[in-house]
Order: sequence, then C-alpha cells, then structure tokens
Amino acid sequence: MSPLDRFFRLGETVTLGSHTFGSEEIKEFARKYDPQRFHVDEAAAERSVFGRHCASGWHTCAMWMRYNLAHREDTHAQPWDGPGPRPQFGPSPGFEKLKWLKPVYAGDTITFTRRAVAHRALASRPGWRLMTLMCEAFNQDGDKVLEFESAVLIQAG
Amino acid sequence: MTNVKWAFEDFEEGASIPLGSKNVTAAEIIDFASQFDAQPMHLDETAGKASILGGLSASGWHTCCMFMRMMCDAFLLDSTSQGSPGIDYVRWKRPVLAGDTLTGSSTVTAKRESASRPGLGFVTCRHELRNQRGEVVAELQNTGMFLKRGAAA
Repeated sequence: MSPLDRFFRLGETVTLGSHTFGSEEIKEFARKYDPQRFHVDEAAAERSVFGRHCASGWHTCAMWMRYNLAHREDTHAQPWDGPGPRPQFGPSPGFEKLKWLKPVYAGDTITFTRRAVAHRALASRPGWRLMTLMCEAFNQDGDKVLEFESAVLIQAG
Repeated sequence: MTNVKWAFEDFEEGASIPLGSKNVTAAEIIDFASQFDAQPMHLDETAGKASILGGLSASGWHTCCMFMRMMCDAFLLDSTSQGSPGIDYVRWKRPVLAGDTLTGSSTVTAKRESASRPGLGFVTCRHELRNQRGEVVAELQNTGMFLKRGAAA
C-alpha cells in the first residue's frame, strides 16, 4: 500500500459521525430548499406515501457533507511520510448513482460513512488525481438510507 | 390532489419545463456553508477569490438544494409527486458565485408506468442550471414518482 493509499485509508470504510434529525431542523431545511408537504407538515406527512414526517433527501446529503468535512480536517492533520507535499482534498466535479433507499424520519439517528475506492492521475491536470468515494448512511436499525458514488480531486505528487 | 396541475399523464417525453430564476446571495451561500460545508471559499469572499473557484462560491450541495427549490416552485409542489428514489448523476460544471442569477430547465427524457403499483409512474428528467451568461453550472438527471390523475383521489 502506497503512502497515498494509507493517507486516504483506501478500501477502508470510515465512520464519519452520527446525527439525530430533529423535527424542527427538518422543517427549517425543507422550508428553504424542499417545501413538499411531507417535509414541512407532520399531519400531511402522516397522510403521505411516507407515513410520517421525514427529512428532504437533500438534507441527508448535506448532513453527510458536514460530517465528511469534519473528517477531512482529521485526514489533512495526519503526518505525511510520502514524497512531495502533504496531499490535499480539492473540489468535486460531481457524484452519481445516488439512492435514497429509505426515508429519514424525524427522530432517526443516522450514521455516515465513506470509503475511498480508487484514485488515478489526471492527464489534463498534472499534480492532481481523481478519487472515487463510496458514501453511505445508515439509521439506528442498521438499514441503509442513502448511498452515492462521489468523485473528488486531490492535489498530490 | 386531483386538481393539481401535474400528474403522471401531464409529463410528455421531450417536453422541457422552464424553472424560474433564482438570484444567489452571499448571505445564503454563507448560511448554507456554515451549516453543511464550512470550507473557506464558501464562507469568505477573499478566500473564494484566492481559490480556483474565483470568488465566494456556493457549495455544490447548496446548488443542488437551490435546484430542488426551483423545481418545487416550477412544478413539483403543484403535482402528484411521491418523492424520488434517487439521482442518476450530478455534474458541477462551473462555480456558482454570489450575485449570480440562475435559470434552468427540466426535460422529460423517459416515462413508464410502475409494473408493481397500479396508478403510479416514473418520470425521468434531465435538468440543467445556467448562470446569467448562459453557461451551464450544473447538470443532473433523476427519476421522480408521480401518481396518475385517476389514482390521486
């Protein structure tokens, strides 16, 4: 395993943290970004396909990012024993295959994870690599509620 | 629910639905980033100018959320939407900067009725967001679930 693979913990599922979604924060987020009735109104949610008040799927994604970023700071703070400057995460060009597998209900405690799957040099950008991350979130019963494959640029070598 | 404008039958393959325009303010960029993506280029004009994004720029997740709101206001809130199982892809093509005005469109690329749930259908759309210069800032594709008009009683 190369110093770069060790630095980014290639292949390892890393737990980023857990968050309990409160009813009020679900409504506050949804009023700004996703005011569908099952996200902003408990009574309407009970009559909806979801059966109970639940978070916008984008809220779950945004929360994954909050915990991912906190972990990224830990990654950057690690000692670096490889050649050249310490690697850094850069911007992301996007993600794919995002699935909202189950609703995140008010009161659910969601645990976020990520796994670095692979990275490759970018011919068009010397000194940069593109890393693929498998990103997941699970509820308190261990059911997966979210998964997606993210790409992120890393500055290395 | 029967009197909403958009039920499964109302989405036509190839049709493009315009999304309204959205002015992106510095305060909104900072509000979102401080909660979910607290990186310097999303929080501070000077740090943004020094970054490869070239200014105070919205988190990509914030861009997705602004898109979601634009889609809600354009048709989703006046529809038989039953949520979405996911997003096929999102491509963040260019930075979204404070002061930008976003517009966009949702183009129906496919639709089919559910085999397992009568009265439900799947509508696949390719969505595009553009800035005030007409440059594409984000592209995404997803499938939404909508009740048929008769099933929405």
